[in-house]
Amino acid sequence: MDRPIRVLIAKPGLDGHDRGAKVIARALRDAGMEVIYTGIQQTPQMIVEAALQEDVDVIGLSILSGAHMTLLPRVMELLRDHGMHDVLVVAGGIISDEDARILKEQHGIAEVYGPGASTHEIVRFIQERYETRT
Amino acid sequence: MDLAHALLEGNRRALAQALTLVETGGPQARTLLSALFAHTGHAHIIGVTGAPGAGKSTLVAALAAHWRRTGRTIGIIAVDPTSPFTRGAILGDRIRMQALSGDRGVFIRSMANRGRLGGIARATGDAVTVLDAAGFDVVLVETVGAGQGEVEIAGAAHTTIVIETPGAGDDIQAIKAGILEIADLLVVNKADRDGAEQTVRQLRAMLSLADLPTNGWTPPVLTAVATRGEGIEAIASAAEQHLVYLRESGRFAGREQERAGRELRLILQETALERVRAHVSPSDWEALIAQIVAHTLDPYAAADHLLDRVFSQSGG
Repeated sequence: MDRPIRVLIAKPGLDGHDRGAKVIARALRDAGMEVIYTGIQQTPQMIVEAALQEDVDVIGLSILSGAHMTLLPRVMELLRDHGMHDVLVVAGGIISDEDARILKEQHGIAEVYGPGASTHEIVRFIQERYETRT
Repeated sequence: MDLAHALLEGNRRALAQALTLVETGGPQARTLLSALFAHTGHAHIIGVTGAPGAGKSTLVAALAAHWRRTGRTIGIIAVDPTSPFTRGAILGDRIRMQALSGDRGVFIRSMANRGRLGGIARATGDAVTVLDAAGFDVVLVETVGAGQGEVEIAGAAHTTIVIETPGAGDDIQAIKAGILEIADLLVVNKADRDGAEQTVRQLRAMLSLADLPTNGWTPPVLTAVATRGEGIEAIASAAEQHLVYLRESGRFAGREQERAGRELRLILQETALERVRAHVSPSDWEALIAQIVAHTLDPYAAADHLLDRVFSQSGG
């Protein structure tokens, strides 16, 4: 059945800079997706609970606080605990190449975007992953 | 059906997936809803509507928190508009409901209206059925930011709460038909602002002028400052009283009849359209549309033609 891709956009951690997250939310909406925007200062538990209730296909995490190496693996661990293996997780923020590599290879984050990433690139990545979906 | 079974046993992931299924629609969704139907009829269904920014999400969250303290479980459906151009949507009602996070007695689902007018989505009624079957005591439905014509919620809920804010419109706004007529409870939110008393007075005056077919229920006009939790207890208690009134006056059966009638109409519209589409090849469909565009056939005749084809084949 044809249905819109559902995406949860959340900001884990304590930083309150949500401009980037809002720009992404808008770009995804303009690409025809249904974006659940949860706002700032989300704990990993809150994010995974919202993702479960909303039955999303994708989680987009925006994090600028520097705490990504503790918070993002925790989100992935909770998703696995809930059997939500099929949810695509992407992250954006100030994340070093080395941290990005570890998040992708060891923790299962699908893609990590830095400050220079274009919204087109992110939209295309999500759409390509879901074009093959049944 | 596995999904129905898991949902009835309290599996929250199954509940979430069931909601996705009914939102998508189709034969599987109908099978699921049929399986769940026998388990429904327990929840108090409350609609919350009002203009954008009136404080619907905040009031819904405050009411939910209040009822949680009395031990009741709460399902919430929050509807936001779909973009008519891209089919995308930003669903932001959860932002104001953060305080409910971590409570297993609450389940919140955001829903895009997917182009449907009237304030709720096509599948909102079905989503209520799913949450009712899952055993929630109260199901709160928050509509899209509503103007004067988004009155569909009244047909889907037992109790409808309409939120107004101080200074929104003059006296004449209050006597127009539409959204105010569907209110079982009127709430003036942001009552700490200037003009709140005047708005309350206007609404009360409007209610006393109106010749509403209430049969013993006059919608109370209550005030609240939802962000501070002020006035919430009185609103919750008025909603409970409204349910008692519905039951004791025998009007509950009437509301249920209206709800069931509305559901049946919607389902019939949808399934009839599906059957017609299944009977007609895409090229025949396009050919009919081309004739309408060329003004050689009017759309009413085209619809009759299609219906005749389906019902003569399946009816005989």
